[in-house]
Amino acid sequence: MDELVIARSMFGTTMAFHIIFATLGVGIPLMILISEIVYQRTNDLDYQIMAKRWTKAFAVLLGVGIPTGTIAGVQLSLLWPGFMEVIGRVMALPFQIEIYAFFIEALFMSIYVYAANRIAPWMRIVSLVLVCVGGLASAVLITNVHAFEGTPAGFEMINGEIRNVEPWKAFFNPSFFVTAGHVALSAYVVGSFTIASVSAFKMLRNPFGSRVYKFHQKSLMICLAVGGVFALLTALNGHESAQKLHEYQPEKLAAAEGLFETQDHAPLSIGGFTDRENQEVKWGIEVPWALSFLAGNSFDTEVIGLNDFPEEYWPPLFVHTLFNAMVGIGSLLIVIALGAFAWKKWLKKDRFPKWMMWVFVAGGPLSILAIEFGWIFACTGRQPWTIYRILSTEDSVTTTGNLAVLFGLFITIYAILAVSVVLVLLYYFKRNPPEKDIQKAEGKQKDIPLST
Amino acid sequence: MTQSLIAIIILWGFVFIYAVMATMDFGAGFWSMFYINNEKTKATNIANRYLSPTWEVTNTFIVALVVAVYSMFPGAAYSLGTVLLVPGSLILLLLAIRSAFLVFSHVADDYYKPLTYITGITGILIPGLIISVLPISHGSYIDFDNGQELDLGKLFTSPHEFAFFGFAVASTLFLSSLLLADYSKTSKEYEAFKVYRRDAMIIGPISVLMAFLIMWTMKSEATWLYDRMLEDRNLLLISLLGFVIAGAALFLPTNKEGMKGMPRVAVIAVICQYVIASYVYGKAHLPYIIYPEVTVQSGFTDPDSFRAVFFTYIAGFIILFPGFVYFWSLFMNDKRYLRQKED
Ligand code: HDD
Ligand code: HEM
Ligand code: HEM
Repeated sequence: MDELVIARSMFGTTMAFHIIFATLGVGIPLMILISEIVYQRTNDLDYQIMAKRWTKAFAVLLGVGIPTGTIAGVQLSLLWPGFMEVIGRVMALPFQIEIYAFFIEALFMSIYVYAANRIAPWMRIVSLVLVCVGGLASAVLITNVHAFEGTPAGFEMINGEIRNVEPWKAFFNPSFFVTAGHVALSAYVVGSFTIASVSAFKMLRNPFGSRVYKFHQKSLMICLAVGGVFALLTALNGHESAQKLHEYQPEKLAAAEGLFETQDHAPLSIGGFTDRENQEVKWGIEVPWALSFLAGNSFDTEVIGLNDFPEEYWPPLFVHTLFNAMVGIGSLLIVIALGAFAWKKWLKKDRFPKWMMWVFVAGGPLSILAIEFGWIFACTGRQPWTIYRILSTEDSVTTTGNLAVLFGLFITIYAILAVSVVLVLLYYFKRNPPEKDIQKAEGKQKDIPLST
Repeated sequence: MTQSLIAIIILWGFVFIYAVMATMDFGAGFWSMFYINNEKTKATNIANRYLSPTWEVTNTFIVALVVAVYSMFPGAAYSLGTVLLVPGSLILLLLAIRSAFLVFSHVADDYYKPLTYITGITGILIPGLIISVLPISHGSYIDFDNGQELDLGKLFTSPHEFAFFGFAVASTLFLSSLLLADYSKTSKEYEAFKVYRRDAMIIGPISVLMAFLIMWTMKSEATWLYDRMLEDRNLLLISLLGFVIAGAALFLPTNKEGMKGMPRVAVIAVICQYVIASYVYGKAHLPYIIYPEVTVQSGFTDPDSFRAVFFTYIAGFIILFPGFVYFWSLFMNDKRYLRQKED
């Protein structure tokens, strides 16, 4: 295989693996914070038990999230030295500030976990807030580098040399807020829907109305509430992301929608596969005029098609499918959350039917898939550029050969980590079922230390 | 002082802080494995009590270091990234296993022992590989004519590399045993203190021997560096004095519980020894980042970028400092944590 293809696959694999833990690492702390606050307001011990159990899961996930993140950060310079040279000169700020965010998260995470029984309740909340802020800030900042790759700003390339660098202008590049917002909001979607999956599954496994069933039901309901709100916000913000593409990376939007001819009153194709030969989307559903409206809030908006660009600048056309899958999942998650509340509040039913429970179980994995699809769409849809119209992927890659062996080693390590993290979580929660925590808590009605 | 000189000093500072934190981190991991079957002395408990809350913070320093290199010396980042692809990837692979299994070992109680063995062994190899960056930067293992290729065969058969590797492993064990001796003293764990004090006394001389071995092999492998380092031979002798003071401090007065020596003085003396020695090394290495192709000036970033980054260092320091102090007071200085009966 071509070394460039291996480098791309290797980096993509690393990111695809890291992002699972990173996203949960941003999303779960918010849920822990919410349940700590609910506990301190209602005094319902169940919420404190939830916070404790989720913290344990979070700590285990961190054990994979941090080393894989370290791999991601270092691999960026090892595999893409050409890219990092430009980033170092122009866009070092987000990486630099991100370090402080990591420190805040690491310091206060350790404090929350290992010193919980020695600090005051309000300090527990402060520590958690700082963990959330640290996680959120690191996601926002790293995403900023990605935003810069799509909408570079703050420097000029004159005869292959970087001139007139304005670091803060690069930092506040045109798509920073929209893109970072999308990543942050979607991380909260993933955090809440993933926990909801587990709760729903546990409810299916326990008799209706039992103590443990009720415990999981409370957890399911706050997760669906939080998840539903953020799913809605993610979709609204995603719409804005698409409008940014229309403005700054029109060929990416054209590839996402499978649009070949430039036109106003452009139709939106949902589903199907883009066919390069016949220049059409096969088996898709076409909604007339909708794309123009989505891109510019008016049916007259002219949307540029792929044929206006030289073919070597086209992104891979399968991104249409990835994009649709992400949007489809996003819409489905909104429906799931609304459905659950309609069932409870309007129909006033006290239990969900089995099929609905299984839909909740599917929500978590689907939301993670949406993250994966979204990122692969965003990164692959940028091809052939690492920095849009400035630096090509080919010019960024390392000149060292023999990547295949390393790729094999990294895949092996990810496989080992993936299997062992699942086994460890299963082991721990089998050993420590909620019954045990509930009994313990009801036994002493006192603060339970969070640390091991 | 030129901006690039300020930048390289900051970088040197980061490297030094990381080096000290990493020796504590990987060393504690090793000792926690080494004394796993020796329950009476609590040596493993002490190591874990230090390790559990700190490894994440230490890990963040690696990332800080890498980021500092490419944000201040992007020109060097290109060459470093290229030549370090293989050694860097090996470090990452070991680090991934080490960190993950460290966390897992504290969650999956039944598998505590095998997981701790994996953690301890992978952990102790990492400092040896990380320090290999130094001999690589001496230039003799890089083929600059051929698009900057690292000659791995030459590197891993060179006595110079092995001297560095041995030095890193020995100093990791030395410094961490000193620190853990101090930590056990504060925790009033008499048995553990005796164990770590003894270890420090055995490994200390080995680490100095390794340092001499580095100099001896450097004479033929990187003559330019050797000659320049010897220009500061007085400082090198002073640094050696730090080691002697540390040794003496371990024999000093006995406190009422019968704990011999003042490990904290020894820790400080050894750190001073390392500061001075690494200053001499760094000064002799200037202006080269990778000899003889990449210098501090050629790798330096855009001045405006540097100013912005420098500003964030100041701001970041001001924001983070109270957090570090609080962390220190909870885990290094709180008697309730240090003297807990059970782990
Ligand atoms: C739970 C996850 C999730 C969900 C439900 C959605 N997205 Fe998304 N999307 C992401 C997770 C994500 C992401 C993984 O976080 C991406 C990848 C890169 C980025 O900035 O965010 C992304 C990228 C991304 C981009 C590309 C930005 C770029 O390439 O610069 C667009 C246009 C959208 N999204 C639009 C949407 C729309 C219209 C949605 C409607 C429901 C939607 N997303 C739901
Ligand atoms: C975390 C989720 C992410 C995933 C799943 C992901 C996925 C991918 C994939 C699949 C590729 C290969 C693209 C191809 O060659 O077709 C890639 C390339 C790349 N991505 Fe991302 N990416 C993620 C986040 C990021 C972020 C946050 C950045 C910015 C720092 C980034 C920067 C890059 C770079 C520099 C490349 C290599 C050059 C290129 O192929 O354009 N990625 N990524
Ligand atoms: C948008 C995608 C990303 C998000 C949301 C994200 C978020 C996070 C989070 C929250 C952590 C802390 C560990 C945890 O809580 O699980 C983390 C760790 C890390 N991430 Fe990512 N990350 C993303 C992509 C990247 C990329 C592209 C890089 C590299 C350029 C990267 C580099 C790192 C590093 C170096 C760490 C380890 C930090 C430490 O040592 O404390 N991340 N990431």
